[in-house]
Amino acid sequence: MSRVETYATAALVEDALRGQRLPGWAAPAAAGLAVMTALLLAVATPVDGVAGTAVVAVLLFVGLQTAWSVRVEGRRHAVDRLATTAVHAAFLAAVLPLLSVLVTLIAKGIRAMSGEFLTTSMRGVSPTSAGGGLYHALIGTLEQVGIAVLLAIPLGVLAAIYLVEYGQHAGHRGFARAVGFVVDVMTGVPSVVVGLFVYTALVLTLGLGRSGLAASVALTILMLPMVVRSCEEMLRVVPDELREASYALGVPRWRTIVRVVVPTAMGGIVTGAMLAVARAAGETAPLLLTTFLSKSVNADPTNGPQAALPTFLWDQIASSTPASVDRAWGAALVLVLVVTALYLTARILARTTGVKR
Amino acid sequence: MTTAPVQAAPATVARTARTADRQPGARLVTRDLSACYGGFVAVRDVNLVIEPRAVTALIGPSGCGKSTVLRTLNRMHEVAPGAGVSGSVHLNGQDLYAPEVDPVNVRRTVGMVFQRPNPFPTMSVYENVVAGLRLGGTRRRRREHDDVVEEALRGAHLWHEVKDRLRRPGASLSGGQQQRLCIARAIAVRPAVLLMDEPCSALDPISTLAIEQLLASLRTDYTIVIVTHNMQQAARVSDTTAFFNVTEPGGPGRLVETGPTARMFTAPADPATADYLGGRFG
Ligand SMILES: Nc1ncnc2c1ncn2[C@@H]1O[C@H](COP(=O)(O)OP(=O)(O)O)[C@@H](O)[C@H]1O
Ligand SMILES: [Mg+2]
Repeated sequence: MSRVETYATAALVEDALRGQRLPGWAAPAAAGLAVMTALLLAVATPVDGVAGTAVVAVLLFVGLQTAWSVRVEGRRHAVDRLATTAVHAAFLAAVLPLLSVLVTLIAKGIRAMSGEFLTTSMRGVSPTSAGGGLYHALIGTLEQVGIAVLLAIPLGVLAAIYLVEYGQHAGHRGFARAVGFVVDVMTGVPSVVVGLFVYTALVLTLGLGRSGLAASVALTILMLPMVVRSCEEMLRVVPDELREASYALGVPRWRTIVRVVVPTAMGGIVTGAMLAVARAAGETAPLLLTTFLSKSVNADPTNGPQAALPTFLWDQIASSTPASVDRAWGAALVLVLVVTALYLTARILARTTGVKR
Repeated sequence: MTTAPVQAAPATVARTARTADRQPGARLVTRDLSACYGGFVAVRDVNLVIEPRAVTALIGPSGCGKSTVLRTLNRMHEVAPGAGVSGSVHLNGQDLYAPEVDPVNVRRTVGMVFQRPNPFPTMSVYENVVAGLRLGGTRRRRREHDDVVEEALRGAHLWHEVKDRLRRPGASLSGGQQQRLCIARAIAVRPAVLLMDEPCSALDPISTLAIEQLLASLRTDYTIVIVTHNMQQAARVSDTTAFFNVTEPGGPGRLVETGPTARMFTAPADPATADYLGGRFG
């Protein structure tokens, strides 16, 4: 008698703990069924095309799985499955376009790649004919972005240090708020307007003429608020405990900032700065206003129009002959490769100073 | 920087801190010391004598201002925004709050260990120990640094555990080891006084025991002030105990009484001390 009781209790406990779950093949089966139904519907009804069929399949799968799960597992597990599916779908929706862009870029860009493409300029090459290259534009972009990096990153990091490390203190609060406000306003200024500003202020009023340097100034203005804001955020998450530990060792404030706070935030600062660089490297409108176009190599950023990858791309697309469109794709690929190389170099450099793992 | 006032004026402190025999040691005396955060007075009128080469324990219920008092002793209190101090703290006769005294030099002479171990995450064990020297701007040769690291780690009872992984990140050590690393880092700059704010409250019992043993050996060289909420710990490690309490709700903390630890625990003068030590509140 007592033995029966024990068994009964054991079974009860088992039920309470385990509950009923859908078998492992349930989700794949539901997915297969949904896809097949969607395909049938695509043939039989006006809803067709890849996108339409995919949407129908996903909706069918969600409905099927939820209904099945509610019956077998109960509401909580059904909601869990629904949320999981939603997260996966959102992930795919975010990643697929990115992958598609990359694949297209590589597939089309690789066609233009050749030794000649990377080492010659467009001097004496007509837009309709094949040949020529982007060497002049590559030089231009490297110089313009390089100068902009040298100007914007130190200035931006110093501004962020001021805002975070000094801006809280009495006597600095008003000025810090003003700096923060200006940075916010700068974030909102469209890049064409920045280009126009540099054009009127430097190129016309100061008589600098169109040059790579003018373009660098425009890119600096565009990068600056991004660098300040991202760096500021990274500095703010450095725990105060580390600053206090440093002060308590008799380390002065500025050395604490340079040797403890900034290195601790280095990884994030570099990532933020590189996002700004990537954006600046792809800017077209301000370059057209400040340095315009050039078909030949001009290695001197202080004198005369310089080419750049984005403006080269724009120019080649505008010509819209098969040869020039190929060159445009090639330029796009090179631009992405340049930004990636810069990013990787920066990450490796940051490793030597950043948080040890 | 080397001719800075606090080290120049009490010449004995600066010099003896760097020699083997530390005659006469560093005595801290507070006079009518009050500290506030903005408009809120956290502690009022503290008159405390901290003897050299002894462990002084600050005890009392949470929020009575023990940490605040501790942080006024090396001018870390003023790091908090809006924080203010009145009264004086004398280190061997030199007022630490005199206008010509540079707080940076005060902190080199009066070291501090915090409640939560806070090694620098960008630095290795070795770099953490010499951080105070390197970042403080003292230029030395590699060999000298090696010696300082070994001496400080031995002093902190950590050498044998980490001597084979000095290049590993400081944050890779266990919590108790990290705290001893922080103690090594503090003694590497050869302070005269060591302040510790609940150094064991984030640690397990074994690590706590290790730190308490360490305190017993550091005691012969340093003036030590330790804040603890653990009364048994105060009884075990300290020579002098100072009891703080908040008498009216929302009011400032005050120093209720101070005396040799043995007497404080057996025959306290104030009934509030007896109640607190007897576990009747706090
Ligand atoms: N940074 C701060 N800003 C404002 N008030 C503070 C700050 N730190 C501590 N206090 C207040 O000061 C009082 C004493 O705090 P503290 O010295 O940390 O006490 P204890 O270490 O004895 O627990 C408490 O009322 C606390 O709320
Ligand atoms: Mg405290």
